[in-house]
Amino acid sequence: MRYVINTGEDRREMLARIGAGSVEDLFRDIPAEVRLKQPLNLPHPMAEPELARHLREMSAANRNLDEYACFLGAGAYDHYVPQIVDQLLLRSEFYTAYTPYQPEISQGTLQAVFEYQSLICALTGMEAANASLYDGASALAEAALMACGETKRDRVVLSETVHPEYRETVRTYLRYRGVEVTECPETGGVTDPERLMGMVDGRTAAVLIQQPNFFGCLEQAPEIGEAARRHGALFVVCADPVSLGVLEAPGEYGADIVVGEGQGLGNQLSFGGPCLGFMACRQKLVRRMPGRLVGQTADKHGRRGFVLTIQAREQHIRREKATSNICSNEALCALAAAIYLSCLGKEGLRRVADLCLQKAHYAHGLITSLEGVSSSFKAPFFKEFAVRLEEDPAGVNRRLLKDKIIGGLDLGRFYPRYSGHMLLCCTELRTREEIERLAAGIGGKPS
Amino acid sequence: MTEPLIFELGAPGRTSSFMPECDVPVRETEELIPGNLLRKKPPRLPEAGEQEVARHFTRLSSLNYGVDTGFYPLGSCTMKYNPKVNEYAARLPGFARLHPYQAEDQVQGALRLMYETQRYLAEITGMDEFTLQPAAGAHGEFTGLLMIKAYHDHRGETGRRRVIVPDSSHGTNPATAALCGMEVRQIESGPDGTVDLDALRAALGPDTAAVMLTNPNTLGLFERDILAIAGAVHRAGALLYCDGANMNAVLGISRPGDMGFDAIHLNLHKTFSTPHGGGGPGAGPVGVKSFLAPFLPFPAVRLDPDSGTCFLDYNRPLSIGKVRSFYGNFGVVARAYTYIRALGGEGLREVAENAVINANYLLSLVRGTYRIPFDRRCMHEFVAVPPAGFREGGLHTADIAKRLMDYGYHPPTVYFPLIVEEALMVEPTETESRATLDAFAGALLEIAREGRENPQLLKDAPHGTPVARLDEVTAARRPVLRWQPEGEEG
Repeated sequence: MRYVINTGEDRREMLARIGAGSVEDLFRDIPAEVRLKQPLNLPHPMAEPELARHLREMSAANRNLDEYACFLGAGAYDHYVPQIVDQLLLRSEFYTAYTPYQPEISQGTLQAVFEYQSLICALTGMEAANASLYDGASALAEAALMACGETKRDRVVLSETVHPEYRETVRTYLRYRGVEVTECPETGGVTDPERLMGMVDGRTAAVLIQQPNFFGCLEQAPEIGEAARRHGALFVVCADPVSLGVLEAPGEYGADIVVGEGQGLGNQLSFGGPCLGFMACRQKLVRRMPGRLVGQTADKHGRRGFVLTIQAREQHIRREKATSNICSNEALCALAAAIYLSCLGKEGLRRVADLCLQKAHYAHGLITSLEGVSSSFKAPFFKEFAVRLEEDPAGVNRRLLKDKIIGGLDLGRFYPRYSGHMLLCCTELRTREEIERLAAGIGGKPS
Repeated sequence: MTEPLIFELGAPGRTSSFMPECDVPVRETEELIPGNLLRKKPPRLPEAGEQEVARHFTRLSSLNYGVDTGFYPLGSCTMKYNPKVNEYAARLPGFARLHPYQAEDQVQGALRLMYETQRYLAEITGMDEFTLQPAAGAHGEFTGLLMIKAYHDHRGETGRRRVIVPDSSHGTNPATAALCGMEVRQIESGPDGTVDLDALRAALGPDTAAVMLTNPNTLGLFERDILAIAGAVHRAGALLYCDGANMNAVLGISRPGDMGFDAIHLNLHKTFSTPHGGGGPGAGPVGVKSFLAPFLPFPAVRLDPDSGTCFLDYNRPLSIGKVRSFYGNFGVVARAYTYIRALGGEGLREVAENAVINANYLLSLVRGTYRIPFDRRCMHEFVAVPPAGFREGGLHTADIAKRLMDYGYHPPTVYFPLIVEEALMVEPTETESRATLDAFAGALLEIAREGRENPQLLKDAPHGTPVARLDEVTAARRPVLRWQPEGEEG
């Protein structure tokens, strides 16, 4: 297949116009020593029917969630993606556009991002949101850097109950920045409040927690925020946006920066990427924000319009003095989130959150009543919970797979002290019948 | 023509109902969640029906301009056609409906696709190993520089904390160095627009960690001295990093790995035809020579040759860690894989050839009217400045850009690279036809005439767009960053 449309005749005439004897002639600036002497060693080109067949075969080599009931969560969630979302994302005026540098012909993207920012503010209870970051993990890392810049302090306290991959990412981002990352241990599946109090002091730039946390447990977030505030540290909350249909908005309990993973808002799982990092903050922090911001303004006729704004924070203007190096973000995923939240609206989001909550608690009740299975933690939870099994979680998952169920995450993978514990998730998509099969499968001894 | 905000549409109580009734016994929310953690006020989300939402976003899309709308010669961004079969690939249920923590034996197709893509990219760039984890070009730069820093530190050369960039570099290069906690040393370009070897040699020292170069550079010129540059950098004990944004010019022609680069990021959303999405998602895979491979982010996607299965390798003690969650923008990688398999090696070479033919052809049509500050054979893009007399008439590059919209085109990149005042950076890409280039050149020449005869026409442009030029100064001074109900603004 080829997407070049010049014909051989075109090329000859164009070369003549350029004054080049041959195509080779155009590459004469490239020293002979570094010119490829042979063709690239790649597979032969494929025509579209052959290519489509090949892709279907590769796709079929995976067990997809249309065919399996998925109880895995841990940062990537099988929430329903309404048909309207993908239909609208396929409008190629959206997906084949670049970053909206020319506002007069980019009002579609710009207004959609402005609406997305407004929706994220509404969800989180914050005053400003950016146009998106790569994912929840890098958004949390950027929030830590923002807090260090704002407070001029060089230490962050990160709860051990934050997603392990997010903590890895925070450490990577801060490695050469002279910032000390202290992890506050958990107890009973939540951040240990006493240990935390002992760690936060006048050197602390930020306290970073996740709500609900990696174990699915709800943190006593207002108290943690209070501890941060007492020492002048910023309070950073990494939130599950779907949970905010029933859980208190972090802005209401003192968060200064709210970040999180927005994949669950109308985006496919796609094996973990693209994701959607969202970030919202208080107005006073806006000029420290990384990433694009869209603002409302007007043209000379007084018509409302939208532009990229406060660009003096960004790499293309400030170079090494920019607040971040981010350029491309996840705009189309943010558009999906805007469409999703617009459709669901006030009532729909509450309903999704409530379905998750109810189903997870129904599953929890069934599973923890099984012989040999107990709840790992006592803390309240939203859509995820951990249970201790007598069997190896991998063995249980293999048994479940035969019944078309993808079981939970072996917590031992990230927390060796919790090996033998399984983290399970119920979204609104899981049916009572699937939950009951899950429980039966967990309870069933190997045959 | 403006479109109301979604918040201004709909009516109280309206919603789109996708969700079924609850099929499990319902308990009181207050029983499950402590009162102080429960939401008191529902979020102020829109209340609209599905049809309203469909119309709203469809109308918004009509206010946009994409590659499918028309010619989009945005320099440095490689706005080539986005093949539709790529979209088909990414949406296949085995790719889209896949959880990242499924067991490896359930996701062999996805891992294989990643493994093969890594191999193809290594072959295309002349590198030894690739990671697909970075989510964008700048994220790739960050990953690459961190690896370089970790490499120096591992050798005990902890004092290497300076990064040299030419003054023609992308803004992300110095911004990335700062993000990595490194210092930036900018060197002036030589009179021909490429790296000044003497300036480079003078800047190199025992504290230099890396030199970041784009080749061809942002003027669309190939660094003819690349071998001497690489030699000087390596003799100083530093490493040479390639910003692969301009890889489209040399696919199948020349490989950065053979030029002496030690690491490179690619922009799959530029060179490998995945859509830009209005600003993302893209993907910024990073390739390295084998001596840097131990520092790649974990996990690595590897093939076990005995069993023929792929696996995720977390056992990488020297790794810089993770730069994000999971394994990268897999959906974007699937599109790029599709593109590479559609074209094959010969097809990729044809991409570079036609990208360079198209750029030189377009240059030949506007040269003479538009001034070309570094005028020689260009690669995939060129930089021009406004015609003579424009400055005297009070006309700027922005005016040309805005007037181009009236002719139905997306303007080129403007005011970049920074070393050229009033720059217009034009990258036609290989997927445009000669006829399109002829018509676009015609518009540029017509605008040159209009500028001389009726400068006001350009200053007031664009005339036919949904909105006229917007007040960006007020937008930045008094930012309005979200919708609030009437009476609650501020």
